[in-house]
Amino acid sequence: MLIQNDKIRLARHHQDGHSHSHPHSRGDTEVHSVKSGRREIKVVRRVLDVNDKMADENRELFNRHGVFVLNMMSSPGSGKTTTLEKSLATIMPEIKCAVIVGDICTTNDADRLAVSGAPVVQINTDEFGGDCHLAAHVIEKAARSIDLDAIELLIVENVGNLVCPAEFDIGEDARAVILSVTEGEDKPLKYPLMFRKSDIAILNKTDLLPYLDYDVGEAVRSIRQIHPDMPVFEMSSKTEEGMGPWLDWLKRQVRDKLQQA
Amino acid sequence: MHEMGIAMQIIEIATASIPTDEGDVAVARVNLKVGKLAAVVADSLRFCFEIAAKETPLEGAELDIEEIPVKARCKACDTEWTIEGPAFNCEKCDSGQIEILSGRELNIESIEIADEA
Ligand SMILES: Nc1nc2c(ncn2[C@@H]2O[C@H](COP(=O)(O)OP(=O)(O)OP(=O)(O)O)[C@@H](O)[C@H]2O)c(=O)[nH]1
Ligand SMILES: [Mg+2]
Ligand SMILES: [Zn+2]
Repeated sequence: MLIQNDKIRLARHHQDGHSHSHPHSRGDTEVHSVKSGRREIKVVRRVLDVNDKMADENRELFNRHGVFVLNMMSSPGSGKTTTLEKSLATIMPEIKCAVIVGDICTTNDADRLAVSGAPVVQINTDEFGGDCHLAAHVIEKAARSIDLDAIELLIVENVGNLVCPAEFDIGEDARAVILSVTEGEDKPLKYPLMFRKSDIAILNKTDLLPYLDYDVGEAVRSIRQIHPDMPVFEMSSKTEEGMGPWLDWLKRQVRDKLQQA
Repeated sequence: MHEMGIAMQIIEIATASIPTDEGDVAVARVNLKVGKLAAVVADSLRFCFEIAAKETPLEGAELDIEEIPVKARCKACDTEWTIEGPAFNCEKCDSGQIEILSGRELNIESIEIADEA
């Protein structure tokens, strides 16, 4: 999250129009030279190579079965499980769904989601070292216990966290980030990668607006500052007000995926 | 928060990159490129790396982290610029249709092996 620091640097010293890229220059910071008595061996690999490859395999698997996969992410408590509960209740049985839900521990969310009748696979990441995100290999394992031919939509509720899940591809088709009106309007600016990588944003808990001093316009502006054209759905998953456009979006994605298969 | 996992991946990739005919060698430095958009905190990564490298060929190795600026190109007017703060509209025409050219890196570029004295 290094970009955050840049906000502090108010003085912009890059006014020289020197904007073409120099892929091989090391900038003006320390140039590392290999000390004598050492040999440099080129590696040039993405550190998350293994995860990326696994994610690609997952994506191929889901494509073969025509399943649309949505990765849902947010801070803890923004309303991922509630949004899913309400959404499943509306789109099922028209759309056949399954859910993978990741938590560091407990099966509370899985129990809540199982009420929908959809198959739910709970992953407790403490088995995998208490990870703060779901990695591609964990999804691969969880997907094995789901009959992919029997579903059209797989929703993954990621671990509540705005940092780590942004970095880990799981083989999804789209990413949704939920922000609730009890969080700061400037959250997108603090977690740019998450908002940049997401395909849609949900601004949840709008039923609370009358009780808060929250500036919806400012929140939407921060989202758009990071991801200018991203759709933002303002809604309350408690009262279900405003959920229509989000559900229409979701149904359209599932339909498009089925047509591709 | 996931820096430990990343440190372990670095160690795995670096260890696998040591030529097999070298026998017992020590890696003195690992050179990384980390984009400013990457969700990685450098200090935290160094801390985790130091712990995770214990009893591996990377024990005591230095992590060199080169920060890569976030560069973008506007699809509307073709301007290329460096994004300095959290704003992703074209600096010239304000279009939101942009392509990120760099800044998402989390790459291991090379390792340096100390020659036996
Ligand atoms: N007022 C209001 N409360 C909501 C809304 N959506 C969720 N909540 C409440 O917020 C709390 C957290 O909601 P969850 O759905 O469990 O949030 P989550 O993102 O799944 O949480 P974690 O899985 O723990 O990260 C619960 O008490 C919900 O009842 C909403 O739209 N309005
Ligand atoms: Mg939940
Ligand atoms: Zn432009």
